[in-house]
Amino acid sequence: MAKNGKKEVASFKVKAGLAQMLKGGVIMDVVTAEHARIAEEAGAVAVMALERVPADIRAHGGVARMSDPGLIEQIMAAVSIPVMAKVRIGHFVEAQILEALGVDYVDESEVLTPADEAHHINKHDFKIPFVCGCRNLGEALRRIGEGAAMIRTKGEAGTGDVVEAVRHARSVLGEIRRLENMRDEELMAYAKDIQAPYELVKETKELGRLPVVNFAAGGLATPADAALMMQLGVDGVFVGSGIFKSGDPAKRAAAIVKATTHYNNPEILAEVSRNLGEPMVGRQISDMPEEQKIAGRGW
Amino acid sequence: MKIGVLALQGDFAEHLAVLRRLGVEAVEVRLPGELDGLDGLIIPGGESTTIGKLAMAYGLMEPLRAFGKEKPVWGTCAGAIFLSKDARRDQPLLGLMDITVQRNAFGRQVDSFEVGLDIPALARVSKKNPPFYAVFIRAPLIESVDAPGAETLAKLDDGAIVAAQQGRLLATSFHPELNDDDRFHQYFLTLVDG
Repeated sequence: MAKNGKKEVASFKVKAGLAQMLKGGVIMDVVTAEHARIAEEAGAVAVMALERVPADIRAHGGVARMSDPGLIEQIMAAVSIPVMAKVRIGHFVEAQILEALGVDYVDESEVLTPADEAHHINKHDFKIPFVCGCRNLGEALRRIGEGAAMIRTKGEAGTGDVVEAVRHARSVLGEIRRLENMRDEELMAYAKDIQAPYELVKETKELGRLPVVNFAAGGLATPADAALMMQLGVDGVFVGSGIFKSGDPAKRAAAIVKATTHYNNPEILAEVSRNLGEPMVGRQISDMPEEQKIAGRGW
Repeated sequence: MKIGVLALQGDFAEHLAVLRRLGVEAVEVRLPGELDGLDGLIIPGGESTTIGKLAMAYGLMEPLRAFGKEKPVWGTCAGAIFLSKDARRDQPLLGLMDITVQRNAFGRQVDSFEVGLDIPALARVSKKNPPFYAVFIRAPLIESVDAPGAETLAKLDDGAIVAAQQGRLLATSFHPELNDDDRFHQYFLTLVDG
């Protein structure tokens, strides 16, 4: 604990605290400073600085890596809200570079091509906080055990199909509800079963929620998608390709922000969903070959 | 006593949890009509640009100003910015408090910090009044307290102002809602009671 008058930086409380300030908000993928300004103007709580949105990463193929620091810096200079950027799973040097740039949050992301097929980054080593993806409670708690200060359910990025985001959020939140009903002597066996640290399983049971903030991501494209995820019980949403691959990004972005705040108010949801222009084209996940799915990346 | 927490965006759930722990009826406020019947209001931490835009979009600016002229309002971090009359930037502000704030005054997230603060005013709710453990996240600074009726409640060692009060209006750069220490909330409730 900080002594009187002496500042303590980079504590877990401060790292997880920034995610708490983002709650009830929308984090938007942007690829240019101009996009970042549109996102901020629409009411985004943060932007994710990328060279290509996930839909284009899919279309482009090849190895997807951390974005050019020059681009990230342009985006940081363009807005007053927090700026996040992605690194490849396990690529701790990309994370060191983002820390040196002063990015506000690092996303160790399955959207990029993994750099390590067994290990994630030891996130405790860093002053900047990390957000990581998960598909279930065990994966979420493994990432928190490694030092993640924020979690997002993965969904299937770049598809515009919300089905996987729903599956992963239901999985995490449903498992927590079942955990709350377990007796204490069942927790060790459960921790072993879901391959999660025992202490974090115990803490999650006591809190009745993940020990850190949990957003939804991967395939959200409409205000209704955002409100759906909020009603399922996540703390906020990431929207990637869904905004800047749509017909009218500024209008759609503002509508998704409003829908995330008023997620329980169908009249407002109806009003903001009106006349938004073309949504992103999208790609149905049930037709997608297994090898094209990216949510399976992460261990 | 019934306290509202502005729930447009940010860590409103954390404020609601502290208020409920203190046995106070606490409700979420997203639309103007939800201010009716409240005895006080907390504006939480979050992104001040987002909170301001949503307040504009749903006709909350004037109702919030009218509320703050009659009843206690406390803003933490983004909420403090929203209460101020000047944030040195073009964004929607309530202008209820005669303070000038500087957003992200300490730098980016890597510069966020925790520190123990001496806050003499908290003696009102805590006899021993040990240091208050304060969490600063991409925090604003209160550059100046600009009216005779407004006072400074807390400073950092370097003299930077991080908490101010003007009548029954409170602004803190930091987040008492992230601690288990409920003294700042208790202090706000004395303003509601008084």
